[in-house]
Amino acid sequence: MKLNLRIWRQDGPNDSGRLENYTVENVSPDESFLEMLDELNEKLVSEGKEPVAFDHDCREGICGMCSMFINGEAHGPDRAITTCQLHMRRFKDGDTITIEPWRAAAFPVIKDLVVDRTAFDRIIQAGGFVSVNTSGNTIDANALPINKADADNAFDAATCIGCGACVATCKNSSAMLFVSAKVSQLALLPQGKVERQERVLNMVEKMDEEGFGNCSNTGACEVECPKEISLDNIARMNREYLKASLSSEK
Amino acid sequence: MSNSALLKSSLAKKYWMSITGLFLILFLIGHLAGNIPLMFEINRETAHGFNEYAKFMSENPLVQIVAWVVKIAILFHAVDGVLLTMQNNKARPVKYKVENANANSSWFSRAMMPMGLLIFAFICIHLVNFWAEMHYGSIPTYKVRGEEYRDLYTVVMKFFGKDELAIMWISIYILGMVALAFHLIHGFQSAFQSVGLRHKKYTPIIEKIGYAFAIIVPLIFALIPIVIHIRVNG
Ligand code: HEM
Ligand code: SF4
Ligand code: FES
Repeated sequence: MKLNLRIWRQDGPNDSGRLENYTVENVSPDESFLEMLDELNEKLVSEGKEPVAFDHDCREGICGMCSMFINGEAHGPDRAITTCQLHMRRFKDGDTITIEPWRAAAFPVIKDLVVDRTAFDRIIQAGGFVSVNTSGNTIDANALPINKADADNAFDAATCIGCGACVATCKNSSAMLFVSAKVSQLALLPQGKVERQERVLNMVEKMDEEGFGNCSNTGACEVECPKEISLDNIARMNREYLKASLSSEK
Repeated sequence: MSNSALLKSSLAKKYWMSITGLFLILFLIGHLAGNIPLMFEINRETAHGFNEYAKFMSENPLVQIVAWVVKIAILFHAVDGVLLTMQNNKARPVKYKVENANANSSWFSRAMMPMGLLIFAFICIHLVNFWAEMHYGSIPTYKVRGEEYRDLYTVVMKFFGKDELAIMWISIYILGMVALAFHLIHGFQSAFQSVGLRHKKYTPIIEKIGYAFAIIVPLIFALIPIVIHIRVNG
């Protein structure tokens, strides 16, 4: 296949950036999207040009690094996958593919397609943990009875890989799907119950402070999320926060 | 209570959006019930019945309080909506060059602000047309058993039937109701999600009721001026 690429190039955080055109030839339908970009970069390096900077790590859909907005959708046109799991058989010979970085005030562009997602880390630091002593005297997980439905819902929420596709997709750059998944996975389990009120208050406060937008319930995040995190989690966070703001000591 | 959590936070703004929105939905039911008689036969009885209702609505102290609460709720809802939208725009300062939003969400769920602004413009026009006329205008009066009534019924009939701009007014009212319909197709179920009311069994039912409400209520509202125009002229 021969493909026309329009890729966002931006030299650094203060550069205004622009879309640049490239062509790649002999692309195999069996290649992954990132392999196709690797080939482009090899070509650019051999021509003495600056390669396209993009994030990636595991290349198997578990680290959440490969943030790319491809033809107007986070991680491209397929559902329930990350960019590294997207394959070139999804495209046709002669296609034009536009590749942009995640767009959000809270995710500033570092270079080309690479954005700074440490805002997510700071939200986790604000409350996305359980304060237990792990120095040898932890209780065996099986010693705590947990309702099957709660365990399943907590596990589903915990599959969130923090990729930021929800923020990138949301017209408001809202982080509600991510934050609600992190609030839910702990609120549903006995270990997380002790700190559940401060947790939701602190994480939402941090989320607002980082400059993410509000939720308009369009549901776009749930559709584009590679881990199919459900809007049920956002409803749960809304309940948790309402209860906590009425009854917490904070 | 947590300081400012229920006023300033992102979630709090949505709670208020939801509560005021649901309250306005209740208001719509009452308002529709009061105005449906306008569609039926033109005679002295229906006219007087409607004028009695209008007199009750403009004089009963309890109704007066509710009427002001409705106006405050609309303003509160609109201001809150503008604040939310401003923050949302600030959260995405650089837009995408290519964005396929239709792949993951409906256009009306993304158009709550434009539809809201159309509804707001409609409400202003509507209040000037009838509320201001009833309270500060010069509506002809008549007496029944010593009680004075203002003949709002005839004013409405003239307005949608004989006024030289009748067709323009009817078009404005239809447009206002189309905007309301789209606002509610998304808004009705969204209001439940915003306060965390989501349930495997009940949410699909709420969604269906919301969809039906969002179409039927604005449709009947829009039919009122059309039916009046046809009756008066035909
Ligand atoms: C009778 C009139 C109206 C009714 C019944 C109504 C109802 C609703 C409902 C039920 C919602 C959903 C709340 C939620 O998502 O939690 C909503 C959202 C919204 N309304 Fe209204 N509304 C009305 C008028 C207006 C007006 C006049 C404006 C603005 C000028 C407005 C702007 C908005 C906006 C921007 C949202 C979405 C907020 C967001 O989620 O980002 N609405 N409305
Ligand atoms: S909720 Fe989904 S889209 Fe958002 S960060 Fe987690 S995995 Fe990514
Ligand atoms: S590179 Fe790890 S999820 Fe794509």
